[in-house]
Amino acid sequence: MSFRLYLLQRLTAALMVPLIAAHIVTIIYATRHGLSAAEILSRTRGSLIWASFYGLFVLLAATHGAIGLRVVAGEWTSLRGRSLDALMLAAGAILTLLGARAVYAVVAA
Amino acid sequence: MTTITQDAPRRARDFVWYAVLVHRISGVLLACFLPVHFLVLALVLTNAAGFDGFIAWTEQPLVQLAEAVLVFLLTVHLLGGLRVLLVEFLSWQARRKDTVALALGIAALIAIGFYIGCR
Amino acid sequence: MTETMHVSIWRGGPDGAYVDYEVPRLESQTVLDVVIYVQRQLDPSLAYRFACRVGVCGSCAMTVNGVPRWTCRTHVSKVAHGNRLTLAPLRNLPVIKDLAADMTRFFEKWQQAKGVFAPSATRNETVAAIRPDSPSRIAIDKAIECINCGVCYSACDTVAWDVDYLGPAALNRAWTLVNDPRDADNKKRLMAVTGKGGCQNCHTHVSCERLCPNKISPTDSIAGLKRRAASAYVKGEL
Repeated sequence: MSFRLYLLQRLTAALMVPLIAAHIVTIIYATRHGLSAAEILSRTRGSLIWASFYGLFVLLAATHGAIGLRVVAGEWTSLRGRSLDALMLAAGAILTLLGARAVYAVVAA
Repeated sequence: MTTITQDAPRRARDFVWYAVLVHRISGVLLACFLPVHFLVLALVLTNAAGFDGFIAWTEQPLVQLAEAVLVFLLTVHLLGGLRVLLVEFLSWQARRKDTVALALGIAALIAIGFYIGCR
Repeated sequence: MTETMHVSIWRGGPDGAYVDYEVPRLESQTVLDVVIYVQRQLDPSLAYRFACRVGVCGSCAMTVNGVPRWTCRTHVSKVAHGNRLTLAPLRNLPVIKDLAADMTRFFEKWQQAKGVFAPSATRNETVAAIRPDSPSRIAIDKAIECINCGVCYSACDTVAWDVDYLGPAALNRAWTLVNDPRDADNKKRLMAVTGKGGCQNCHTHVSCERLCPNKISPTDSIAGLKRRAASAYVKGEL
């Protein structure tokens, strides 16, 4: 792991802490109030705030997860060098794409 | 300055070491779970009947147990990560076994609370 | 009647095997006593290292029942599993023969981490005034007693998992120099400890601190390096 990747790993982790807290509060609110799909979507559709919040969350989680998987693969598997980079980029891409798709599904007006 | 043999640890790996292992494994499992979470979310929230069916499905005890495990993994990974950040950036003492135990305990309690609360 | 201990000792090189010996158990016996007994009374071909036998040189470091220790400062009564001892050379280093490991890579990494003082003055200048109570000197003093015994390097799983990782001892020494105002090479040193195998690979297992016979915490030193390097990176100096 390069020092730059290390810093990015720590930074994404620290930034996610408040986002996770907000996400948990949101989920608890939604389940406590028994919100239906329609009710949830009426609040999130077309919302720039929700789009930014979850969009950022997805990017941070995808980056953090991809770097983490790279580190573990580098130490616990025989993958090295370019194949590690490939793994990291693939994991990051999958997480970003699926995450963005989910966010879009929720905020697209 | 040299070691007093009464202090000599009997095992190569201790509680803190295993906590770090749990942190690593929880991270890998969460990275694998996240795509599933994204897929299900996109599917379910855009399909009203699907959403209600999904909520009904989550009422099953095995699913609730799985969710509690997930909450445990998330909490333990977060708290383990906080420990690392504290050691690295706030000069915390890394070998504080009691705080590692506390973190694991909190994670377990939250997961159990979640499980009971959602039944 | 004297009790007998069953001692399994690694014999040979990397393709060797454990060989069993019966050693009389005595009061206040150290593991080094056991090894010396085997070599002098049972098998003179046993290869092992020791020097001071009083816990100041670090030469006798080896793996005792799976844990890296100084054998001269390890009482048998504190580590034996019943009446059994298993002795092997230090982990994470190539075996030369029996209980002697090859420390070359350990010291190569020391150099790689720039664990060497680079003077900024000559004998013609006045001696630098170093206050013992300055924060930097306190930080150095916590980490300076390293005698390069290799116990932390053997204890470290990140060293085991990553051949390039410089390891706790080398990084710990680099930290003592990073804090030394007399040293001239700290820009290059920070680059050395954040390059391939650098401090960023430490996962804070803390095995090094736990097992260091000199009560040093390479974990703390490495955390210090991370902070120093992060600060330099943000300032564009790295």
